[in-house]
Amino acid sequence: MLERVLQYSQLYNFYNWVFKHHAPEPGVVFLSQRRVYILPTRQGIVFGFAVILMLIGSINYSLSLGYVLTFLLAGLGTVSILHTFRNLAYLYVSAGRVAPLFAGDTAQFQIFLENRSGFDRHSVNLSCRGATVSCDVPVLCAVPVPVPLKSEKRGWLQLERVTIDTRYPLGLIRAWSYVQPDMRALVYPRPDTASLPMPRSAPETGDAISAGAGTDDFAGLRPYQASDSPRHIAWKAAARGDSLLTKLFAGQAASELWFDWNELPPDMQVEARLSRLARWVLLAEEQGLRYGLMLPGISVPSSDGPEQMERCLKELALHDA
Amino acid sequence: MTPSALPLPHLLWLLTGMALAVAPHTLWLPWWVSATVATLFLWRAWLARKQTALPARWVVVVLTVANVAGVYFSYRTIFGRDPGVTLLVVLLALKMMETRTHRDLYVMVFLAYFIALAHFFYSQTIPTAVLTLVTVLATTSALVGINAPARPIADNLKTSGWMLIQAGPIMLLLFFLFPRVQGPLWGVPQDAFSGLTGLSDTMSPGTISQLSQSDAIAFRVKFEGASPPRNQLYWRGPVFWDFDGRTWRPGPVNFLRDIQYESSGTPLDYEVTLEPHNRDWLFALEMPARVPSAGRLTRDYQLLSLQPVRARIRYTLSSYPNYRATGGAGPRELAAALALPPEFNPRARALAREWRRTLDSDAAIVRQAISFIRGAGLEYTLLPPLLGRHSVDEFLFDTRQGFCEHFASSFVFLLRAAGVPARIVTGYQGGDLNPIDGYMVVRQSDAHAWTEVWLAGNGWMRVDPTAAAVPVRVESGITAAAPRGASLTLLTGANIGWLRAMRYNWDALANQWNQRVLGYNPDRQREMLSWLGVPQPDWQTMAMMLFWGVAGVLLATALWLVRGIRRDDPVQRAWLRFCDKLRRAGLARASTEGPLDYASRVTGRLPSRAGTVRAIAELYVDLRYGPRSDRHSVSRLRHLVRDFRP
Repeated sequence: MLERVLQYSQLYNFYNWVFKHHAPEPGVVFLSQRRVYILPTRQGIVFGFAVILMLIGSINYSLSLGYVLTFLLAGLGTVSILHTFRNLAYLYVSAGRVAPLFAGDTAQFQIFLENRSGFDRHSVNLSCRGATVSCDVPVLCAVPVPVPLKSEKRGWLQLERVTIDTRYPLGLIRAWSYVQPDMRALVYPRPDTASLPMPRSAPETGDAISAGAGTDDFAGLRPYQASDSPRHIAWKAAARGDSLLTKLFAGQAASELWFDWNELPPDMQVEARLSRLARWVLLAEEQGLRYGLMLPGISVPSSDGPEQMERCLKELALHDA
Repeated sequence: MTPSALPLPHLLWLLTGMALAVAPHTLWLPWWVSATVATLFLWRAWLARKQTALPARWVVVVLTVANVAGVYFSYRTIFGRDPGVTLLVVLLALKMMETRTHRDLYVMVFLAYFIALAHFFYSQTIPTAVLTLVTVLATTSALVGINAPARPIADNLKTSGWMLIQAGPIMLLLFFLFPRVQGPLWGVPQDAFSGLTGLSDTMSPGTISQLSQSDAIAFRVKFEGASPPRNQLYWRGPVFWDFDGRTWRPGPVNFLRDIQYESSGTPLDYEVTLEPHNRDWLFALEMPARVPSAGRLTRDYQLLSLQPVRARIRYTLSSYPNYRATGGAGPRELAAALALPPEFNPRARALAREWRRTLDSDAAIVRQAISFIRGAGLEYTLLPPLLGRHSVDEFLFDTRQGFCEHFASSFVFLLRAAGVPARIVTGYQGGDLNPIDGYMVVRQSDAHAWTEVWLAGNGWMRVDPTAAAVPVRVESGITAAAPRGASLTLLTGANIGWLRAMRYNWDALANQWNQRVLGYNPDRQREMLSWLGVPQPDWQTMAMMLFWGVAGVLLATALWLVRGIRRDDPVQRAWLRFCDKLRRAGLARASTEGPLDYASRVTGRLPSRAGTVRAIAELYVDLRYGPRSDRHSVSRLRHLVRDFRP
């Protein structure tokens, strides 16, 4: 019996939230009445004192209209409890997307607030570890709110408990609730800033005619340039026409880059190695090169494009040495 | 959020709310305070428009010190009601100059509420109430603006208006059921009730004629039956015994154990609603037959309240217009009623000695004095000339122009000099019956002074020398008695029909306001509760009634507020309804079928509905899995589904 009574008391819920372990909640979280806590703000307490002072003044000076005004303000404060509560309760909270980021940057966890009720919500704040964003949620709308959370180290960054609160309309009362959507952001190692070049490709492939090109598979023709190797001139084609054409090849063998954990100086720390590798990956992606990654126990085959970069960076982020 | 994030319109609106709260106070504030506050308001608004930085803190500190010093020098104190309110106004204006944090904005709003309340010290009329309501509405909407800076002001006004409407029932419950205590809780400052007009506790030439310029209401009377004729409407107030040659003062106060006079005829029953006048007099028609519970009767038939009347009070009385007042005539009292200061008014003394020598009885002397006053060619005027040392002589024989206090003072002087005990009674004479609500209104301009003469066998007899000299004063009121051109206030003098009718209507409305709203006091509360069936309410009962009442109102408000709550998903509901309609048409969705597949299957079977079906499915997919939904798409989906006929 006591347990049941406690279950329905806000204090019990509050106790659960504060002192018990709370796991992330998957799916859509409904902010039911029992999840919404409500207390006066500091301004609300001052307002209460002001109303009491006004009441004493009205009694002392027998001001009938003073009573009216005092009681009107008291009613206003009371009604504002309901309004503040209603501004927060019955919202639906669900997880949205979160983009990967580099360690030290701020993750933007996109949280959807959905209002299925027949009235607008105003000035709803979401805060996580001190950073706050505010938003309005109009009738029948789902609004994505980016909740910032600063990352410290690479790996998965789990979204912490998010406080959703509001003081609308009068700021005298604060209603709040805690949610912890099951969201995590992938944090890449921060690329280091050393100005060392990428590891050179193997000497036998040094005659790559252009970046990203190899010698294995024929890929097409283009007009001859003075620096092209004579071995790549399409002589048959040249015989048919009057201009020289150069054969293009795509393949791994040519300027293939391998970013290898083991080629880094042996005295380098784990994180420093990962940072170095991350920079190389970014650099190679920026120049449109093909590259592969070798980590202890894992090897990412050579490729290019954004998928390759994401794959490599993910391996780096989740590397456990 | 910092207040700099408060958008300009919201800031200006907040300032408007503050200005509304302060504005009515400029009617009584020292001119320099009004000027300073107005300047600060304009300065602040200009700074806000220019987006310029606020003045440095030291500037505000210097201004504060200067203004507090100014208030001190204006009032010679900073304590008390008026200096207190002045300081509040000044502090609000200075607070505007340092709205640096969010907290400062709240402080401003709360100060504005206080200042709005403080205005009730000076006025509690209907227009004041309306103005205060407007002020609270504006200020509260500014408070909403602080918390929702992105919304337009009109929306915030609507929100605060709704909230005030919802606060109304709670206000009414608290107003009627909150256990009322008669104030004050402690000694209020001396100046708390200054500015109340009314009779004075002394009488010298000019005191009453000054009062007659005032149109303010002294009290209202509701007679049980028909109201008595005008010449019987003598509302008895302070009685004066001691004369020092210029000023009349009351005698020692002795209370009567029980009422001593002989009465005849039927009594008049009536209820008086007395405006506060900060004295302890309760005005009653001569002669009161009953003493109200909060009052006492003195030996000279003054009805006194136990405390000074500082709030509007109501009491019921009955009076006998025909009476013989034989009480309060001990030897010491009769001696006091004969005392005169020597070496004043030698001509009047000589005349009185002459009467005493030639006439054989006191009654004959009184008759002689009345006919003398009537025949002396005395003129009744609101602007009597100034009198010198021998005020009675100069009035009777030289200037011959005076107001009722001159008549009464001279008459009593003559009688005392002739050896007939006499005293002065002040109060009000007459009253104006409002045909709208049947209340008789007695105004300060009805203030009057008359006399009472002791005749052995008759007791204290009322003699009104003004009525003797100028009968029209008592028959028709002061408007008729005062000569043309004398400066009476507009409305007292008004005989224009529509103006009079308007005034009656307004008076009736103001009276209802006074009786029901302003006059709601512990007694009225008890009456109302016993009418509700709670005959002996103690504070616990009232607290319980209040608690359940407020709880009920809050529950109703809460239900009203959350009526728009829906737990199910409108998109999902619309989609299921769509599927249901198709199922009844024999096209049930397979459990593994996605919306778009389902739609294409349905389109194949119902080619005539292809467009709608595809639109619904695409909208559903868009709303369900798209980046965000908006209310228009949702309502479009609902409409499409509703109008869909397979």
